[in-house]
Amino acid sequence: MPNSDNYEAAASGASTEVASFADDEGKGLVGRLHHTLHVNPALVPLIVLLAAILVFGLVLGSRFFSPFAMTLILQQVQIVGVLAAAQALIILTAGIDLSVGALAVLCSVIMGQFTFRYGIPPAIAVACGLAIGTAVGAVNGWLVSRIKLPPFIVTLGMWQIVLAANYLYSQNETIRSQDIEEQAAFLQFLGTKFEIGGAIFTLGVVLMIVLIFGLAYALRSTAWGRHVYAVGDDPEAAELAGVDRHRTLMSVYMLVGFICGLAGWVMIGRFGSVSPSATTGVIGNIQSITAVVIGGISLFGGRGSIMGAFFGALIVGVFELGLRMGGANPQWTYLLIGTLIIAAVTVDQWIRKVTA
Amino acid sequence: MQPILKGTGLVKRYGKVTALDNCDFELMPGEILAVIGDNGAGKSTLIKAVSGAVVPDAGTVELEGKPVHFQSPIDARAAGIETVYQTLAMSPALSIADNMFMGREIRQQGLMGQLFRRLDKAEMQRIAREKLNDLGLMTIQNINQAVETLSGGQRQGVAVARAAAFGSKVIILDEPTAALGVKESRKVLELILDVRSRGIPIILISHNMPHVFELADRIHVHRLGKRLCVIDPKDYTMADAVAFMTGAKEPTAAEAA
Ligand SMILES: Nc1ncnc2c1ncn2[C@@H]1O[C@H](COP(=O)(O)OP(=O)(O)OP(=O)(O)O)[C@@H](O)[C@H]1O
Ligand SMILES: [Mg+2]
Repeated sequence: MPNSDNYEAAASGASTEVASFADDEGKGLVGRLHHTLHVNPALVPLIVLLAAILVFGLVLGSRFFSPFAMTLILQQVQIVGVLAAAQALIILTAGIDLSVGALAVLCSVIMGQFTFRYGIPPAIAVACGLAIGTAVGAVNGWLVSRIKLPPFIVTLGMWQIVLAANYLYSQNETIRSQDIEEQAAFLQFLGTKFEIGGAIFTLGVVLMIVLIFGLAYALRSTAWGRHVYAVGDDPEAAELAGVDRHRTLMSVYMLVGFICGLAGWVMIGRFGSVSPSATTGVIGNIQSITAVVIGGISLFGGRGSIMGAFFGALIVGVFELGLRMGGANPQWTYLLIGTLIIAAVTVDQWIRKVTA
Repeated sequence: MQPILKGTGLVKRYGKVTALDNCDFELMPGEILAVIGDNGAGKSTLIKAVSGAVVPDAGTVELEGKPVHFQSPIDARAAGIETVYQTLAMSPALSIADNMFMGREIRQQGLMGQLFRRLDKAEMQRIAREKLNDLGLMTIQNINQAVETLSGGQRQGVAVARAAAFGSKVIILDEPTAALGVKESRKVLELILDVRSRGIPIILISHNMPHVFELADRIHVHRLGKRLCVIDPKDYTMADAVAFMTGAKEPTAAEAA
């Protein structure tokens, strides 16, 4: 091919310097901000959280800015925080789970009824609740991964099924806090309180924090975490690149079911009683999705950090408590949260846009 | 000599489209086999059928004389077959290093690795940087940069580096230079020759006839979902190859596969 190679010869005199990536210099302030947010998606909700605490602290003074009030927020968000951790995992895989709240309620009912109806030791009843949560998660995961149904549809159906099963099984009967305290105190274990210098923690709060940090570690520093992101980012590419998509999705949905079981146990600690009509069953899904979205996790999957979801849950908690202390109409909370959701998604769109 | 990778009677249908129509395929040890054919001839489907990305409806695949039944690319990879797909198979939001080690991550030594399954990111970054430098495609400022911030050519470079780094038995490249500049293409061609000199055979799909005729030991001409003929680039001109490929010329009985 004597004449076909000539055009390449012209390149042989070219600079031997190889292509290099543009670094941050010269991108300007906006470019650098874009890059920083791209790498640390939890930064925006963290800034919003700190700003909200600062503003309420300045307006309300020490009433709000106290160890007691700060830890009260933690106690108030513990259920939503745990559910948000579960929701974040699903959303990272580009899915959505509408059944998390209902499943948490069902698991709490199972823990209670197994103890009181069948006389099973409370610790074993708790284990049964966690196992059933995991099993329901496995069904969701199987339908999504194997039958390839959209997660929205699967969990919309599962939400109704679980909620109905919860009422049918419990016969709409609440187990009173007093009875649990006397006969099966272990069910309320996560409600155990302890004080550190005016700050009041419950074991449920500790569980939420350990769970969030544990998941953050697993997502960032283990192969499983990389696979969760890859599957959410581009499932076909992940599969071609050697990720077991089915296994990854199953592990995520089962883990989420287990975490919903934990949320059910946290609920017993928080409320003392076991009630099949707890509002979490109806609004837990929306609350957790709200926290995740405000936390900067992309609904398109593969982007965001679970710390963001935690910050998102805390932002909601700060607004609720702050506005209540300030005597504002609670509708202001919803108005502000609604604004935040739209703002968060706008920022997400901007971050996802690649300028390089 | 027995082929290292062999497909017999491969069939793959997508609805009414027959992408592979009773196709045969042979890769000999140590050779560079080019696969050429029109758009939609079924070249990508053929290599997917031998790399586990597609499970053929009929036909058999043999690796080193033994039948294999890859159900996924993971199986093929475990058997030493590494593929650069036409779509590159990268996770855009993840880093270069994450992508290079996707599905074969390195864990830390000791307790952190065993008990907490902690990844050895430093080591993976070091190897990734080394492999990219070997390819000479780019000096890496930031190996932790998301793949989506790379240019199309740089992405292709990363995908080729990944396959070359891990392939032990067969390396398959589906249009590896399609998005590359002249200089970068040359680097990939050198890399292909370098891989062959390590004794690893290569399947190269390309529409670039000069590259094909320069590198290939044999050329598999694919037409309408099957192998039309296999030609030796020393005995034929590029015009002949294009004529076979497009149907302007039919191979004689001796040439036909
Ligand atoms: N996933 C799929 N679903 C449906 N049809 C497909 C699919 N993949 C390939 N095909 C069809 O199979 C045929 C062969 O496609 P293939 O990608 O193998 O061609 P190709 O030779 O690689 O072409 P190109 O040179 O454009 O890459 C085409 O008609 C295509 O439309
Ligand atoms: Mg193709």
